[in-house]
Amino acid sequence: MRFVFKTGYDQDVRFFKHAGYWQSYGFLFIAAVTAPLYLGNFEISELTQAISFAIAGLGLMLLVGFTGQVSLGHAAFFGIGAYAQAWLLATFDIAFLVAMPIAAVFTGLIGLLLAIPLLRMTGIYLAIGTLALSIVLEQILKSWKSVTGGFDGKAVEPASLLGYQFNPDSWDFYYVALAILILVLALCANLLRSPTGRAMVAVRDSEVSARSMGVNIARTKITAFGISTAITGLGGALFAHKLQYLAPDGFNLIISITFLLMIVVGGLGSLQGAILGALVVILLPQAITIMKDYLPPSIGHQPGLEPGIFGLILVAFILFEPMGIYGRWRKIKLFFDIFPVYRKATFRRQKAYLKTERMR
Amino acid sequence: MELIQVLVAGIAQGCVYGLIALGFVLIYKATEQVNFAQGDIMMLGMFAAFTLIAIAGFPWWLGALIGIAITGLFGFCLDAAVLRRIIGQPQFAVIILTIAVGFIFRSVAGGVWGADPVSFDTPYGGMVITIDENETGRTVLDVAELAIILGTVVLVGALYAFFRFTRIGVAMQASSQNQLAAYYMGIPVKYVISLIWGISAAVSCIAGILLAPKIATFDPDVGFLAITAFAAAVIGGFGSLPGAVLGGLIIGITEQLAQAYLPGEYARSIAPVSGFIIMLVVLLIRPDGLFAQIQRKKV
Repeated sequence: MRFVFKTGYDQDVRFFKHAGYWQSYGFLFIAAVTAPLYLGNFEISELTQAISFAIAGLGLMLLVGFTGQVSLGHAAFFGIGAYAQAWLLATFDIAFLVAMPIAAVFTGLIGLLLAIPLLRMTGIYLAIGTLALSIVLEQILKSWKSVTGGFDGKAVEPASLLGYQFNPDSWDFYYVALAILILVLALCANLLRSPTGRAMVAVRDSEVSARSMGVNIARTKITAFGISTAITGLGGALFAHKLQYLAPDGFNLIISITFLLMIVVGGLGSLQGAILGALVVILLPQAITIMKDYLPPSIGHQPGLEPGIFGLILVAFILFEPMGIYGRWRKIKLFFDIFPVYRKATFRRQKAYLKTERMR
Repeated sequence: MELIQVLVAGIAQGCVYGLIALGFVLIYKATEQVNFAQGDIMMLGMFAAFTLIAIAGFPWWLGALIGIAITGLFGFCLDAAVLRRIIGQPQFAVIILTIAVGFIFRSVAGGVWGADPVSFDTPYGGMVITIDENETGRTVLDVAELAIILGTVVLVGALYAFFRFTRIGVAMQASSQNQLAAYYMGIPVKYVISLIWGISAAVSCIAGILLAPKIATFDPDVGFLAITAFAAAVIGGFGSLPGAVLGGLIIGITEQLAQAYLPGEYARSIAPVSGFIIMLVVLLIRPDGLFAQIQRKKV
């Protein structure tokens, strides 16, 4: 067990609480940077895709994991980001690294506008409202032919910078994605230790007590929604380059649910969870493909096996490990930290029996 | 006369939405859980009826009855085995859990019955009533649509009588109003809640069986219909049974009107989402739906 003594006021808000974090995240960073050396092109390409999902997941995590507002419509914002990027590159002559933040900000603005009416709803209303939004936006992507290309889809101009053309399936674009991911992570971590971030967490834990501490609930929620959609849009913009060709059904409800699955499986309420979840979501289809060879053909080759397995994993996590992979990791770490005295009750969740929303 | 045809089609479609929405609202009122797998339960019910009628060769009415009973039992077991474990966790845990359960159902149905569209024979399937005939053409009403409307009226009446006049129905009302007090009064709350899940599943199975002759064929994705039914429940205010049916009717009629009277290009893109547009508008004006029962949360 490690004792950390407080020797300064800023110690509470440091990214890394003690030297151990520097070591472990340093190793992780080195492993990520040197990945192209020991992984093939296919794995790197998958990792790039995982990174764009992780960025979208980080956006959703800010909203669901830290502000406590459920969104079933984030695929729509992912899509807006992707289409905005494609449209910007096709219409104006700007570098893709310049277009990306513009696409993100544009998505965030749309998110802000929609948040003002949406966040008057709470709980299930919000979930269903965002779900409806996602369906309507998908329909817009299909119908607004002049901008989105409709059912025919829209080609994304290849990413190039100062004459150098990036190959989205290769190591050079992987580094671009990794750099953006690290930037977004830093931004999220920074946000969460700022007053805004703390207000978000307070709103999640209890709106009433947050309000009584002087937090402006409506503004906090709307800010969180705006930032969340902007980050998801940025993930979409990156994903657009990875896909190279956009079609409206690439951003449907299933993707929204995949994002939710990502952050639940990874671990709600932790930035690490979004990244772990993205890795799971990307690796799972590969694992299923490998598994298919060992299953009897009647089960292995049925259509819709993949969503079924996704569903099973989600159910298992919700029922048995609601804190996700990262939560399990923290438990394991604590177990070894305080070795002989770990008690199961340390992480037991307090149950709120029928937290009613009705007034009786 | 064409208007009547469109309206009847809209009301029939709306009744189906209303019945599925009724299933949501029953569960929501009792447990404050939102069942995103409702559509997939309906799908399972339709396939149960399909297996009994088209494969095992039961007569239509017997197959439908057994199918409804099986689906009801299934709903009961689903609550007793899975959903009961999650009481006390945050609301979105239920949302995600039921979405996942729906995925599993769809996947299993795809494995068992295949992804190809299937159908079963209904005694009145494909029959029409001619109400107006002249040189320009004739106006016909689909009997399947009339059957949906009649079935909905009967079912809603039966449910009303059940909740109003039977002992267990009143117990259900009591436990949905205040679980703790109901428990003190000696009502077996857990059992009652599972029973409500059973009823809700049976209602959506009835909706599916009524719907089957109207859409002619169905496949495991038919459950996506429930997403529109959500909008119906939300318009009605989620806690209100009449509101759910009314919300369904509003959406069904709007969809058909948009389909019939908007110019071609718009009809195709707007009609499928018109329900959601109405829902968003209703939510903007009244964030808790038309018949709001949910009030601001107290400390």
